Amino acid sequence: MNGQVSPQFSSLGQQNAAATLGMWVFLATELMFFGPLFFGDWYGRLHFPLEFAAASRHTDMVLGTANTAILLTSSFAMANAVEALAAGRRTTARAMLVATAVLGVAFLAVKGLEWRHDWQGHLFPGRGSFLANGGQLFFLLYFALTGLHAVHLAIGIVLVLAFALAMRHDTSALAEPGRLRVAGLYWHFVDVVWIFLYPILYLVGRAAG
Amino acid sequence: MERNYLTAGYSLKSWLTTRDHKRIALLYLAAITAFFFIGGAAAALIRLELATAPGDLVSADTYNRLFTAHGVIMVWLFLIPSIPSGLGNFLMPLMIGARDLAFPRLNLLSWYIYVAGGIMILTALFLGGVDTGWTFYTPYSTLFSNSHVVLTLLGVFVVGFSSILTGLNFIVTVHTMRAPGLTWFRLPLFVWANYATSLILVLATPVLAMTLLLVGIERIFQVGIFDPALGGDPLLFQHLFWFYSHPAVYIMVLPAMGVASEIIPCFARKRVFGYRFMAYAILGIAVIGFLVWGHHMFVSGQAMYASLAFSLLSFLVAIPSAIKVFNWTATLYKGSITFPAPMLYALGFVGLFTIGGLTGLYLASLALDVHLTDTYFVVAHFHYIMVGGSVMAYLGAVHFWWPKISGRLYPETWGRVAAVVIFFGFNLTFFPQYLLGAQGMPRRYHAYPPEFTLLNVLSSAGAALLAVGYLLPLAYLAWSVFRGQRATGNPWRATGLEWQTPSPPPPDNFAEPPVVTREPYDYSPTGEEIRQ
Repeated sequence: MNGQVSPQFSSLGQQNAAATLGMWVFLATELMFFGPLFFGDWYGRLHFPLEFAAASRHTDMVLGTANTAILLTSSFAMANAVEALAAGRRTTARAMLVATAVLGVAFLAVKGLEWRHDWQGHLFPGRGSFLANGGQLFFLLYFALTGLHAVHLAIGIVLVLAFALAMRHDTSALAEPGRLRVAGLYWHFVDVVWIFLYPILYLVGRAAG
Repeated sequence: MERNYLTAGYSLKSWLTTRDHKRIALLYLAAITAFFFIGGAAAALIRLELATAPGDLVSADTYNRLFTAHGVIMVWLFLIPSIPSGLGNFLMPLMIGARDLAFPRLNLLSWYIYVAGGIMILTALFLGGVDTGWTFYTPYSTLFSNSHVVLTLLGVFVVGFSSILTGLNFIVTVHTMRAPGLTWFRLPLFVWANYATSLILVLATPVLAMTLLLVGIERIFQVGIFDPALGGDPLLFQHLFWFYSHPAVYIMVLPAMGVASEIIPCFARKRVFGYRFMAYAILGIAVIGFLVWGHHMFVSGQAMYASLAFSLLSFLVAIPSAIKVFNWTATLYKGSITFPAPMLYALGFVGLFTIGGLTGLYLASLALDVHLTDTYFVVAHFHYIMVGGSVMAYLGAVHFWWPKISGRLYPETWGRVAAVVIFFGFNLTFFPQYLLGAQGMPRRYHAYPPEFTLLNVLSSAGAALLAVGYLLPLAYLAWSVFRGQRATGNPWRATGLEWQTPSPPPPDNFAEPPVVTREPYDYSPTGEEIRQ
């Protein structure tokens, strides 16, 4: 096995267990970091139901739905990469990681296009906005949530490419299947956050009233 | 002399690039001590101003900046990191028989993040400070304040990530690195307490981080999140802020409870009473502590039914807290009690925490809270918890583990003198504030009507005594590093794993990985015979 064991651990198994739990705890803290924005959305929906519903009709459902499909597919590729490496098929794993990264970049490209439309449609909150007060809050949360999500995705893409590059050599510590599994957890987390963003930003408001 | 963690390297570089949890703990303790005295200096100026009724020492505006600096520094730069990041960093791996924390590099990084955030907050202070109070209430903080709000917010934001990383490190370490035989219900209660604290750090701190970021965004870009004039909602801020800041109270007091649970059995020579209940009570406090934040908002205009629920839940959190107080007391019953300095601090902690906790129930009562909100009663209440509780326990812990940390004994007489001075100084400072609050004196004013003079003079006199009490340990502990008697591995004849390695411990903590075959707090007489 090519993974090195750090001196504070007594075995590779212990090290992997620590890394995995560390990532789960990190993801829990990440989820709470998104928390105030989700809470804000719920709070706003309760206090400004009409304004929220009206504002959310300005989101682009076609691009949002396309991005949901892209990101779910990327998670499929990531899961395959993890399983392939665990089975010792390093070439397949690398190809799957590249596919994951490409889909991630595609998501960001679509998202960028969507933000451009939003900006041109004057959906940005602030003085002079045509939106009602609650509607501005909706778009503030929209930009904050999708922006924070995009930052996480960008970090994920760099991470995935780093693994794909390092795995050319089987002596690299990153070619150890346990480590890729931990990176996979992060990628799926970013995907799961989007699965919640998609309905609250694009769907719920349209269904209301 | 044997090689230990202190003699492993003498250069500045060996300290600033260390991955050893014990050295990182000392880095933390040094920084924390500096911030404690800066925050204390602000408090000294506050009490000096309040020694006379008219506002004659500082202007109202300066006074606002002083109490904000005192609050921000004491909460985020002293109390929250004090026991977990400082002493916990030193003790957690030793207590579970591990060579280090799970992620040593992350541990060092969290110290650098802490220092970076601390420097940002101090910079804001030297540029003129902040006048919002430590709570940064909107819309004052986003629309009206002309002080260095954004820099301070960013400093607190940054410091938060240091707490999160320490919490993450502790959780993973306790789960994956316990010595063979050290089951969950053999863990010292200090470990349980810091584990529960870590859960709160990891789950609550990011909420504060995002909330402060939103305050910064609203202030800079003038978009409405919390400011009603811009279409935001100020209650949203209060909900988010207290969702973090109430659990933060438990971040400050749970580790203190852990300390008391180590010291009291040791100097009563008795097994801790109701060990499992103590562990469950710690978890209960951590969980219920997440559900009581609305009791800071009884007069804010939140829904009446929300207030009723928050009031009930606040009463519920008193139950596990009371279990702990009863169990510490029951531990003393028929014990062979001695009174060295750590025990004086621990007993002081139990009494003062009880007073602070019971007065918390006054504030959790809906009707009574309307009268007491924003008075000195609230100030007295939380200082009994945070200073009478947390700081007393922190000092008790510093004395208890000083032989382990430094390899030297502190001078016992001076230790006891300081503990007694601090106990009396503390009560003289803060008990009059309960009376002032009940009489209706509001907090956060630099002047007051002359009727309140007597109690304020008493309080300021107490603060002077307290200052002497805090300076004493600084002097004699520094002296003991050079002149103190050398400590053996286990000077208190205590049971924890940290006492089974030399003082100071070697860099790898244990020559042989320990194997645990006993229950915790095995202070029964037969146990002692076997150990000696």
